[in-house]
Formats: sequence, structure tokens, C-alpha cells
Amino acid sequence: MRVGGKGLIDRTDPVSFVFDGVTYSGFQGDTLASALLANGVRLMGRSFKYHRPRGVLTAGSEEPNALVTVGAGAAQEPNVRATMQEIYPGLVARSQNRWPSLSLDLMAVNDLASPFLGAGFYYKTFMWPKSFWEKLYEPVIRRAAGLGALSGADNADTYESAYAFCDLLVIGAGPAGLMAALQAARAGADVILADENSRMGGRLLAESFEVDGKPGPVWVDAVLAELGALDNVRLMSRTTIAGAYDQGTYAALERVGHHSGRRTGGAPLETYWRIVAKRSILAAGALERPVAFRNNDRPGIMTAGAVRAYLNRWGVSPGRNVTVFGNTDDIHRTARDLLDAGIHVAAVIDSRHDGPLSDDYPVLRGAHVCDSSGRKGLEAITVRRASGEERIQTDCLAMTGGWNPSVHLTCHMNGRPTWQREIEAFVPTPGAVPGMIAAGACNGAFSTAACLRQGATAAEETLTELGFSGPEMAIPRAEDAPYVITPLWAVPGKGRAWLDFQNDVTVKDVKQAATENFRSVEHMKRYTTQGMATDQGKNSNVAALAVLADATGRGIPETGTTTFRPPYAPIAIAALGAGAEGQGFRPQRFTTSHSASVNRGAPMVEAGLWYRPSYFPEAGETTWRQSCDREVTMVREAVGICDVSTLGKIDIQGPDAAEVLDFVYCNMFSSLKVGRVRYGLMLREDGFVMDDGTTARLADTHYLMTTTTAAAGDVMKHLEFVHQGLRPELDVSFTSVTEHWAQFAVAGPKSRDLLNGLLDHPIDDESWPFMACGPVTVMGVQGRLFRISFSGEHAYEIAVPARYGASLFDILAEKAAALGGGLYGMEALNVLRIEKGFITHAEIHGRTTAYDIGMGRMVSQKKDCIGKTMSERPGLEQPGRERLVGLKPIGESRQLLAGAHLYDEAAEPVRVNDQGYVTSVCFSPTLGSMLGLAFLADGPDRHGEVVKMVDHLRGVTTLCEVVNPVFFDPEGGRVRG
Amino acid sequence: MGELIAKTPCEGLLPLNVGAISLHEVDAGAIYSVTPFKGHREALSQVLKSAHGMTCPAANRATGKAGARAIWFGHSAIMLVGPTPDASLFEHAAIVDQSDAWAVVRLEGAGAEDVLARLVPVDLRPAHFKRGHTARSLLFHMTASITPVGDTAFQIMVFRSMVGSLVHDLKRAMEGVAARG
Repeated sequence: MRVGGKGLIDRTDPVSFVFDGVTYSGFQGDTLASALLANGVRLMGRSFKYHRPRGVLTAGSEEPNALVTVGAGAAQEPNVRATMQEIYPGLVARSQNRWPSLSLDLMAVNDLASPFLGAGFYYKTFMWPKSFWEKLYEPVIRRAAGLGALSGADNADTYESAYAFCDLLVIGAGPAGLMAALQAARAGADVILADENSRMGGRLLAESFEVDGKPGPVWVDAVLAELGALDNVRLMSRTTIAGAYDQGTYAALERVGHHSGRRTGGAPLETYWRIVAKRSILAAGALERPVAFRNNDRPGIMTAGAVRAYLNRWGVSPGRNVTVFGNTDDIHRTARDLLDAGIHVAAVIDSRHDGPLSDDYPVLRGAHVCDSSGRKGLEAITVRRASGEERIQTDCLAMTGGWNPSVHLTCHMNGRPTWQREIEAFVPTPGAVPGMIAAGACNGAFSTAACLRQGATAAEETLTELGFSGPEMAIPRAEDAPYVITPLWAVPGKGRAWLDFQNDVTVKDVKQAATENFRSVEHMKRYTTQGMATDQGKNSNVAALAVLADATGRGIPETGTTTFRPPYAPIAIAALGAGAEGQGFRPQRFTTSHSASVNRGAPMVEAGLWYRPSYFPEAGETTWRQSCDREVTMVREAVGICDVSTLGKIDIQGPDAAEVLDFVYCNMFSSLKVGRVRYGLMLREDGFVMDDGTTARLADTHYLMTTTTAAAGDVMKHLEFVHQGLRPELDVSFTSVTEHWAQFAVAGPKSRDLLNGLLDHPIDDESWPFMACGPVTVMGVQGRLFRISFSGEHAYEIAVPARYGASLFDILAEKAAALGGGLYGMEALNVLRIEKGFITHAEIHGRTTAYDIGMGRMVSQKKDCIGKTMSERPGLEQPGRERLVGLKPIGESRQLLAGAHLYDEAAEPVRVNDQGYVTSVCFSPTLGSMLGLAFLADGPDRHGEVVKMVDHLRGVTTLCEVVNPVFFDPEGGRVRG
Repeated sequence: MGELIAKTPCEGLLPLNVGAISLHEVDAGAIYSVTPFKGHREALSQVLKSAHGMTCPAANRATGKAGARAIWFGHSAIMLVGPTPDASLFEHAAIVDQSDAWAVVRLEGAGAEDVLARLVPVDLRPAHFKRGHTARSLLFHMTASITPVGDTAFQIMVFRSMVGSLVHDLKRAMEGVAARG
């Protein structure tokens, strides 16, 4: 029911919205919860387990009951708190966890079965048969119990992540937070003031308090106006500080677009902030505790603070005939606010015997509400006094069991809160989060004046630490009522009294847990699921542990709390991963020939972050194999061009360049002549092979190392580690030049002919023998030429600065075509190297040594190198080690498969008979057969033997002959031209 | 014989304007990494000063001005952007041509700092990241060098091969900032 003359809503701006298919009207400034209450809608959801009808319990982000789904289709958002969702024109929301409708929910049959569904029910019941759990029980339970669901479609909404930095982060913009921010801002500190609400002000918007003689909201607006005008202040409303982390880092979720139906291009729905603050002040306020009594979950029963908030901030009375129940003077504040607004107060029930009385409404002292009744909404309550029980008609009960300071963030770095008996609540332990000071209600200060004072004091302390000094501020005048409380957790009696509304956990469940010896609060939590719903027990934690303490005969501080972990409020995974979907998943690295390859129809494959062409299909080719076979033959018979720019290139310079190379490579590089290239093998410290590649000596103290594409970053890191950590005395520097050069393999018998059409000074065997390198001029551009080969053919790699890469690639392609050659991709490159028995990371996969790959003799005995000692461990050279061989199919099946295992021909193909495995396979058009590289026990000693290849996954068995891994041109005559 | 045609890293991708913020490619001239040999840093600084007008930058700093800048580029590395290094430098440092390795772009306009705040995890607020400063950090998932070059202008350098992702990520951030108005 809307109340005239109250609230901070804009009554000139009506807003219509839809809930469960019905169109309602509210005002700008309403939340979905306040607007529904204004329209007399009390039933907003169904409970998780028993499907009990539920209404709104609170007015904030802690809301456990009024969870709705907003929007439809791909953009639908489940589990949105109606208390936080602002209404906007066109808002469409639906209730959740009901079937077929909210008012008629057939799943409510669960409630009738409640005697069987208490704590531990699942654990005890669904034990057997084992297979039924996944197939039957879990799906049925999941269907019956639950929250909202995602659509299953890709979410088209944009989410954003961002970083912010400040001197002081103030968390919460109630009286304490505003005061702290104002003081710090005036002193010149960089301040971020964050508040999860759409409008800053905290309880000053929800109460009828005055500050400095002005209504609370007026004072708030004046402070915000001053803060907003300052350059050193960033006001972040709708921003929940969700977690406190190391080094002053805070996670924050800003709801950017949820309050608007307009989703314009690029506008994010939410922004996930990482805020780094030198200091922070926690002014997060407090959360009111419901009281557990029988049927305390009926729609119409809510916290007293929520009733006042709806009345004062939104001009809505949740009832026409309200009753109030509690254990602090808040009950009278609630009654007075209601009476002032013209709402009838049927009774005020004070659990205390000595509370004040009133002339304006009946006060029942020493009394408890012990039951409620009504169909889908509150109609009456039962009040128990020493004199007996009494039924009171009411459509809204405002209840309070006191307040819990919001200590959550102070516990995110494993701090534990401290019990303060005077307020029957936990307060933050100072220093629990380094650099954070708690102030105001979250620190147990419950009067407005105390909040203002603590906010100012916290700011002063912080400013001193940060070296700022500002004018001393007068503390505004405000109410300073004492907080007098007697404990009121659960009203004794039969029936179910709810503690955790969201997970349907009752007092009985907690007692049951204690009875079954789940006496630790952490055990009780897991056994009953109390506090494990999306509200993380904000409304129930302390009450549940008070009940547990009572049941186990301990005090509350001895019982302790469970652990508050981030996030403080739920965060969409989409916000955590903002920007990292689709093309933003990771950087894409394109070579200079990328467009040209794509334009030729080449399918691109990923190699690390790089994209490389798989093959270049020509007209009439329908399978990759046709293209690949053609490209291989082309290289063997004419000339092929392949972009090899992705291989890592590291420029190594300095007087000690040769020495460092001798140290990181297992073979010698100090003996390499200038103008020559050598193949090198690098070991890890544990003696296994790390990477391989060629290194050229460009000058006496200048080398150029090549790494594999995949390991380029790792090798660079390794070199820096070696230099900085192991050999800092060496004068040498490493610079990655991968990106500077576009480099192309020109391979095949006609490679030199092709190059001599491009180079300003032609080359011949004498000037450029195999493994020669040096500067060249390519069509007037300074480049580099290396006579190296990964195909076994007479081949070169030619490099030019990357700006010319695209152009050179086109020219090379054209010239190759003129010579009967053309472009080749990764598939053909792979076939060419397997035919020659050259290894890649399929073979040097991290578990093989130089000995295993047949390069044991490369580990120089004339010097030490990284990994040498470890590579000489006895186990690494003993008989039976799996070593590199070639395989050729000889039986009926001609198929070889990478990943398949090897067995003796007569042996049963089971684990204990395993003799090795296949690492690389291809069909060789050159040799007309499939070829494989494999690791086989004592492999090199078994050339000529027959082994059995078995692929258990694909069900293929092939007999193979063990051969020399260099299948083609083993003498190496072709490479020398 | 034909001719090799040069292409800039961002050809076909830039310029880009979103709201008040623009992103365009910069022809920064030559780019050379300069890493002093052991014990040569001071001497290098002197020849750098006499040859190109700036001293060696300290960590997180850039020296020089538009046209000739020395940008700190990580552990012991300096990137000389603009001039081709004078011969006197080679005695004191390992010098490597990187002119084609880096894409250089300029992000400019009111709110440019907010765009970078969406991608770069270091403090780039004007009061803390001034002229003469530089950051070697991440730009979303890629490593980048970021240098303030004007009141609302930043020079950003990333690997040439990654410019597609650079423009993709910056565009998204620019749109997010522009959409907030």
C-alpha cells in the first residue's frame, strides 16, 4: 500500500513493469520489491526445498526470499533480488522455483513431506543403490529444489572489467561512510566511495532521523553534492565491494545497466572492478536479525528495519494493520514511524519485561510471537505470555532480533570477528584486514551520532597514516539513542521455526545436527546446509550458531562463526570473465602472410597464440590429404614456400655470448664459425630435453638463436633465468626479434634458382654451402639468409623486416609457381620432417632425453651445460629405455595412429606388455606408405623386428617393421644440393 | 625485378574513433632496443645524451621527447624510439633493430585514461603517471609498453603480430567508456 507524503520516489514519474505476466505500476526510484508491495503483492517466491510461499524479508542485498528472474531469452538473469532490482519501463520479471505458477505450486507437496526431509535426509536416504544417485536421485532432487535458471543460450550482454586506484576506499555510504569520505576528501586524499545501493545514504534514507536539524536525506544530498564536485573523489553507487584481498586489493561489482531497459551498443551490464587502495574504511552497516518462531516465514513477516525502509524511503506500507515484535527499542521506532504515516499498529510485542510502554499503541511486554497463520500470506499471529496465548489479526509483522554488524569483509583474509556481549553480536577484530578500519554500525555503533563520530575518527586516523592533514570537522548533531538488547534468537515451541529462509533450515534442523554430534559450527553448517545458499547465511548465521550454542551447552563466542568468504554478494561468472570470451579469450598472433593465406582458402591452425596455414587447397582438391600430398611432392621435386616467422628468434649479444650458449646448449657453440649455423639441443635442469633449434653466429660476439614456435616464450624466460640467476657474471644480453623478421622457408631442388631471382647478388654452393648464413640484399632490402632445412631438401630460410613480409610472401609464391612449386602448410611441413625423422615437441614432449631421441652423443663431454649431470643419472641410460625409432606398416592394416601403443607381435596388448608408443604419423606420398615415429624399448637395437601397434581407443591393430627413423635420403645427399 | 612494398602493422585496422576518443597508428621512426654492456650504463647515458639528447631512463621512466624517446622496457632494457642509433652507442650496448617488431599506436582524448583503466592493471591516473613516466605492463592479455605523451594521450606499443587483438580489446574498452557518457 502506497502511503502519501512519504518516500524518496518520484511520484511524477510512473513506471509500468510486468511481474509474472501481470502489468503493475510503480514510480521512478522504486525497487521491484517496493513496487510490488505498493501494489499489494506479498507473495514473491517459493522456498528452495519445501516450496513454501514466501514474501520479501528485507530491503537489501541480503534478501533470501524474493529472488526473481529478470528478462527473457538469452539475456535472462536468474536469482535477482527484488530488493535490489530497480524498476524501469518495460521491466519483465518472473518468480522462480514454482510449477505451474507462484500461487499454485504443485511442488509444495514437499512441505507435507517435511517430517522426512529434515537435516541429513539426503545423506541418510540416498545411499544405495550407488548407481541410482546420478541417474535418479540427483536429477529428481535438482528439479524439485532450486533457484532460477539460465537460458542455455549465449549471453549477448556485455560485461566489463576495470581497475581503479585510490588513497582511501570507503565501503558503504551511510552516515559513517559519508562522514569518513567527506573528511578524507576535504584533506585532499584520493577517495573512492562505494555503495551497493542505487542511492547513497544508507539507513539515513530508511529512517526518519534528522542530521544537523535537517531530514536525513537532505543532509545526505548536501554531502554528496560536495563530494561530487571534488576531483579527488569517485562516487560509485550500485557497487558492491565483494572481496578483500592482499595488498589493499578489493573486488567490486558495479551494476551498470540493470536499472535500465536500454542496452545501447557497448554499454556493459556490469563492471567487475579491482580496486587497489592504500587504506580502506569499512562502513558497511549492519543487517537485522529475524526471530525464529513457528511459521515465521509467511509472506507479510519481515524485518522491522525493512518495514521502516519501505515506509520512509519508498512510501510503502507492507500492511494496513501492522504488528511489531522484537527485543530492542527499534520496535517502538517502527511503531512510531507507522503511526506517523497513518498506519494502524495492532500491537507491539516486546520480549523484554522492562521495555518502555506507549500511550499510542498496545505494548505487550515479556511476550513472544509463537506462531502465525494465513493462506499464502500473514493473517494472524499468536502471542504467548505468561498469562497464556492470544491471537492477533495482522497482515504484517515487523520483527527484530537485533542487528549483526556486517563484518564479512574483515574476515576475507582469514580474520575472525569478536563477540561483543553488550550488543549480542560479533564485531570486526581490528587489523583483520591490513589497512582497513571499521566504523559505524558494522563496528557495533548503532546510533546515528556514534556512526558519524566513528566515521570521522576513522578518517582522521587514516589521513594521519597517509600523511594528509585537513581541517577538523564538526560532528553533525544526530540521535544518540542507547542500544539495549536482551537475547532473542528462537521462540521455544513446536513446529518449524525458520533460521535460514533461503535454504529452508529450521531450529529443529540445527538441534538435530547437534544431536547427531555435528557440534562444530562448520559441521552443523554442512550437515544442515545453513548459510550455504546464495545469501551465504547473512540473515541466519548468528542465530543458527546461537541455537547450536544453546543445544551444545556452550557460549556463542566459544561456538564461533563459520568462515565468511568472498564474494560478499553473488557475482555473475560473466562479470568475472568479462572481455575474455570469443576473440578476447587470448591474443591472436598473425604472421605477415596471414591475409594472403586466408585469401587462398587455407584453413588456419593454432600454434601457441599463432595462426598458421594448415594447407593450401587448389581447385579440384576435396580433402586435406590431396593438398598435403601435392605440397610434399612439390617440395621434393620443385620448390615450396612456407612462412616460418613464428619460430622464436632470440638475438644474443655480448662478450660472453659464446660462453652462455655453451652453458645452455648441450653441444658446443663457441667453436661455431662466423657465418655458419648449427643445430642445438637444450636440456632442462633435470636433464630432459627442453627445446631444439638452430643458432647462427652473425659475428664474433653476436648470435641468433631459433626456438620452436611453441617454446619461444619458455626459452626466452629460461635464458633470462640462467643469466640473472645462475650466471650473472656473464656479459650478455638477450633480445627477442621474432616479431621484427618475416621469415620464409624456401625448400626444394629449385630453391636456389628461385632465390637467385630475388637476391641482388646471386649465391652458389661455394658462397652459401649447407649451414651457411649471412646478410643479403633482397630486392634492395637488407635481409638475412640461412641455408638450413627442415625438409631434408636443398633449402633456405630468407628473412626480411616484417613490414616487407606480406609483399615478399606474394612474390615468393608467384616465383615458386613459375618453377612448378608453390606454398605449403603445416600438414606438408609435418610430412616432410617425419620422412626425414626430424623431431618436434611431439617427440621432445618433456619425458625424453637426448639419449632417447638418438642424440646422446651431442651432449658434449668437453664442457658442462645445464642438465648434463642430471642427464647422466643411471636410470636414464639403462637398457629397456624407450628410444626413438621409425615404424612402417607391413601387415594387412596399413594404418598408423599417433598415441597408439606398441607390443611384441605375439604378446597380449595389455599394460604390462607395453613396449612403447607412437608420437607422430603421416602418409608419405614420397614413399607411398604411412610412416610413424615412435619410442620403443631398446628401439635402435631392434631395427628389422616386427612389433604390433594397438590403438585401444580406436580399435586398430597394425603390424609394423621397426626401422631407422630417417626414412628418406638417410645419407643426406639432397640437403647439400 | 619488382619491388618489396612496406606495410605498417595496423594497416586496415586504424584509425578508430569512438566517442571522444581516437586511436591511430603512429610512425614512430626507428625502434632499437639498447641494452648496456656490463659497467657501461653511465657511459651509454653520456653518449645517448650527446647523440640523441636524452639520458638513460630509470626504471618506469622515459626520457627524451616526441621524435626521440628512450623508454625503459624492462630489466636493463631501453627502447630507443625515433632516431637510428648513433655509431657511438654500439661500443656500450647491445643494439638490436626492432623497428618492425612493435606496433605503435596513440590513444587520445578525454577519457583515454578510463579506457586504459579497463585493460591495464597499473595506476595510470594523471597525478601518478605523468610525462616522463612509462609502464611495462599488461594490456588485457598482452604485454605492452605504455607511455603518456600528452595531457590525454598515451603511446601504446605491442607486438606487431598482436595488433588485431590490440584493436579488438581497445575498441571494446572505448565503447564501454563512451556508452557511459
